[in-house]
Amino acid sequence: MAISLNVNGETHEIDVDPATPLLYVLRNDLELNAAKFGCGLGQCGACTVVVDGEAVLSCVTPVSLMEGREITTVEGLGTIEEPGPLQAAFMEMQAAQCGYCIPGMMMSAHVLLRKNAEPSDREIRDALMTNLCRCGTHMRILAAIRRAGELMQQASAPTERRAG
Amino acid sequence: MTIIPKDEFNTQGRNGITRRRVLVGTGALIVSFAIAPHVSAQPQPAPPAAAPEPPQLPGSLNDARRLDSWIRIDAEGEITVFTGKVELGQGIKTALRQVAAEELEVEPGEINLVTADTGRTPDEGFTAGSQSMQNSGTAIRNAAAQVREILITEAARRWNVPRETLRAEAKSIVAQDGRTIGYGELVTDQLLAVEAQPESLLKSPDKLRVMGQSLPRVDIPGKVTGGVAYVQDLRLEGMLHARVVRPPSPSAQLQEVDTAAVEQMPGVVSVIRDGSFLAVVAEGEFQAISAMRALQQAARWTEQPVLPDQNNLQAFLEATKGDIGTVAEEGSPEVTGKIFEATFRRPYQIHGSIGPSCAVAHMDNGQLTVWSHTQGVYPDQEAIAEMLGMDIAQVRVIHMEGSGCYGHNGADDAAADAALIASAVPGRPIRVQWMREDEHAWEPFGPAMLTKIRAGVGDDGRITGWNYELWSNLHSSRPGGAGNLLAARHRAQAFAVPAPRFNISQSGNGDRNANPLYVFPNRRVLWHYVPETPLRVSALRALGAYANVFSIESTMDELALLAGTDPVEFRLRHLEDPRARAVVERAAEEFGWSSGAPKGDRGRGFAFARYKNHAAYLAVALELELERETGRTRVSRAVAAIDSGEAVNPDGIRNQTQGGIIQATSWTLFEQVTFDNTRVTSTDWSSYPILRFPSAPDSVEVHVIDSPGQPFLGTGEAAQGPTPAAIGNAFRQLTGVRLYDLPFTRERVKQAIGV
Ligand code: FES
Ligand code: FES
Repeated sequence: MAISLNVNGETHEIDVDPATPLLYVLRNDLELNAAKFGCGLGQCGACTVVVDGEAVLSCVTPVSLMEGREITTVEGLGTIEEPGPLQAAFMEMQAAQCGYCIPGMMMSAHVLLRKNAEPSDREIRDALMTNLCRCGTHMRILAAIRRAGELMQQASAPTERRAG
Repeated sequence: MTIIPKDEFNTQGRNGITRRRVLVGTGALIVSFAIAPHVSAQPQPAPPAAAPEPPQLPGSLNDARRLDSWIRIDAEGEITVFTGKVELGQGIKTALRQVAAEELEVEPGEINLVTADTGRTPDEGFTAGSQSMQNSGTAIRNAAAQVREILITEAARRWNVPRETLRAEAKSIVAQDGRTIGYGELVTDQLLAVEAQPESLLKSPDKLRVMGQSLPRVDIPGKVTGGVAYVQDLRLEGMLHARVVRPPSPSAQLQEVDTAAVEQMPGVVSVIRDGSFLAVVAEGEFQAISAMRALQQAARWTEQPVLPDQNNLQAFLEATKGDIGTVAEEGSPEVTGKIFEATFRRPYQIHGSIGPSCAVAHMDNGQLTVWSHTQGVYPDQEAIAEMLGMDIAQVRVIHMEGSGCYGHNGADDAAADAALIASAVPGRPIRVQWMREDEHAWEPFGPAMLTKIRAGVGDDGRITGWNYELWSNLHSSRPGGAGNLLAARHRAQAFAVPAPRFNISQSGNGDRNANPLYVFPNRRVLWHYVPETPLRVSALRALGAYANVFSIESTMDELALLAGTDPVEFRLRHLEDPRARAVVERAAEEFGWSSGAPKGDRGRGFAFARYKNHAAYLAVALELELERETGRTRVSRAVAAIDSGEAVNPDGIRNQTQGGIIQATSWTLFEQVTFDNTRVTSTDWSSYPILRFPSAPDSVEVHVIDSPGQPFLGTGEAAQGPTPAAIGNAFRQLTGVRLYDLPFTRERVKQAIGV
């Protein structure tokens, strides 16, 4: 089945089994690396992406539901040369060990910060409830998200940037 | 039963063999990174036997002795450093660049670093035991210093000036009169194709520019912007996706499976059955998963109820007929004075990387290339070659990062899966990724343990004697030997699981840190070796140190109570090593330790260990809060002090130590593998919960005590032992009740406090 997907501001025509979870389409058809397979069960958040402004677990979301939606992945937040505020904050705080969980964390945080650039510690923890980190990078992830909120406010620029 | 005396065994390398493999190549060989396999692994023939025993060289230089095995410089002055160690998320790629850049007098960004690849890098065995810095860091630092001195000598020769008048700076040798000559111009032919020397002219601690700096990690920018960072992200031309149908239980054998329907499913290229090894290959990843699910339905297995009673692991461990090893013996085993006696238990636990294991393998004209997040490319190469009956030179294993690695997880098995499937479906690269339930049920677990302590304290407030016994499997079943690979075990021509060899080594295994560092006159420490492994076990971060330090440091607090002394004071009373005392004092001071009664619902706990008794020193003080009605506990604040020798990247040390504390907190509060008499039942994150954000501490502070000029001691595992003990001690301080069984689940907590 042909599906048209809007990812990071670009439209892609994909021919795929409609039951395929969005995650595999992002990773394999669109060759986007950030969203990760962690459990395929909706338990760990490694696959989190943003769909129409909400955090969605792409491993359990069939691609057929994505037609006409606006999908954002970490690649849509900025580039290595021009990182967006969340990416800059994670670099600045050195908020990764293996880093495998980090893109999912950034997506959950992105949704939170777009609604509230000054979240309380409690609000950040609640927003990250689904996201697991096995390396124990929690304290730095929390710090990076607080820092990203600051950067966003400083810039008071749009929080979402399109990768070219 | 045999008692094995402590000194009968020497510490041995992997397989008990010392490897000497050196790379082929000249000092000026140009190396460029390419993902396509070109170089085949060609171990250089052993050099003609020279009569005398070669001198001991620093770190891993001792095994790969030529300088150009480690450092090459091309005509343009491009510097490439080779390490046999791998990035596990511990930041080694950054720290090794710092070390090399320091001694070569260049910037870290000017160093190309190639990590473990059997086609290109030295054989450094496994990246394990927090030894990357000791082994590879030491080798690279010494090699870099020697290369620098060779370059200076060469410039002196060319200019005919005394070498003392020259210095290295910014990739050049500079003379007093201002003349310079670039490294690239100096390196010709065989200049670096020489054996390293035992002694190097290392820069003195006060001259260091880049070591000791918290340089940002080189891998983080790519990881937060969607770059190709992990083997999971590797996409090769024409790549197919495979999934393995793992047996439903450790004892299961495949009886029959009708593959016809699955073979007709969309995208399916091949179904592979070899004994109990069952796998499917498809064009698309989701097609492979759908076909795997269908195969799972179609397969019929026979299973045996061979697993021990999960609720009585003590009985299983105590029933062992294995040997008993003497870990330590001093004075008399009698214990006098006020006595504390207890039994502690630790369950099976998993590594549980967030990304399940993954590998890509490509069989191309009889040459097999495997990309894997293994901890040991050379051992894997050997095991895979054995499994497939291939010549070792036809197998190349290249490391690519995976999700965080905390010991021997599914990486080697996934590599073997991919290799076996690629050999059945040659010509196209095969990518295998495990499903979550594969990882939870089939990775080798950290073994269950039982410990018993009887220790006493005299009227003088000092420990009189210490009698400690532990029951444990060996915590290592790495390849070495195809039989340690799941795929090889499950094939029709099954490879037998190699029997592990019980020994008492200096670094310890199940007995790691079983002998307390504290000074007192009488002690006996025994390891009851449990050879039976109904559940597959291997190395999980810190091995036996997790349970042993938990037991020892819980005991120290109880003895302090018997002595009527503050627990920090009691520890200091029994510590002579000044570096041990320094971390204890520093952690207590930064935490604001006091002997007073607990505040509200927060208890205070302290613990210390020197990892392996010869590596990093770490002390931690923490605060634990308890919600009495629910039994929920949370570490609210932790303060640690660590001395891991000369600190190359202090922020890297902090990052890893914070991670260690949080991971060990998760093990301690939440984690245990569950099983019935046949199957493992903890197969996902709801049946095997780990710490989530609401349970994360408010703060975790790590103070790095730098020891300039001292050897690197490694960092990664130092917090695993002290953390559970500090938590148990805080619980004891708060409630008056000691917890003996890991993990401290809500049910156990409620039972302990009578709710
Ligand atoms: S991979 Fe989607 S929630 Fe774990
Ligand atoms: S940084 Fe490794 S899982 Fe979070």
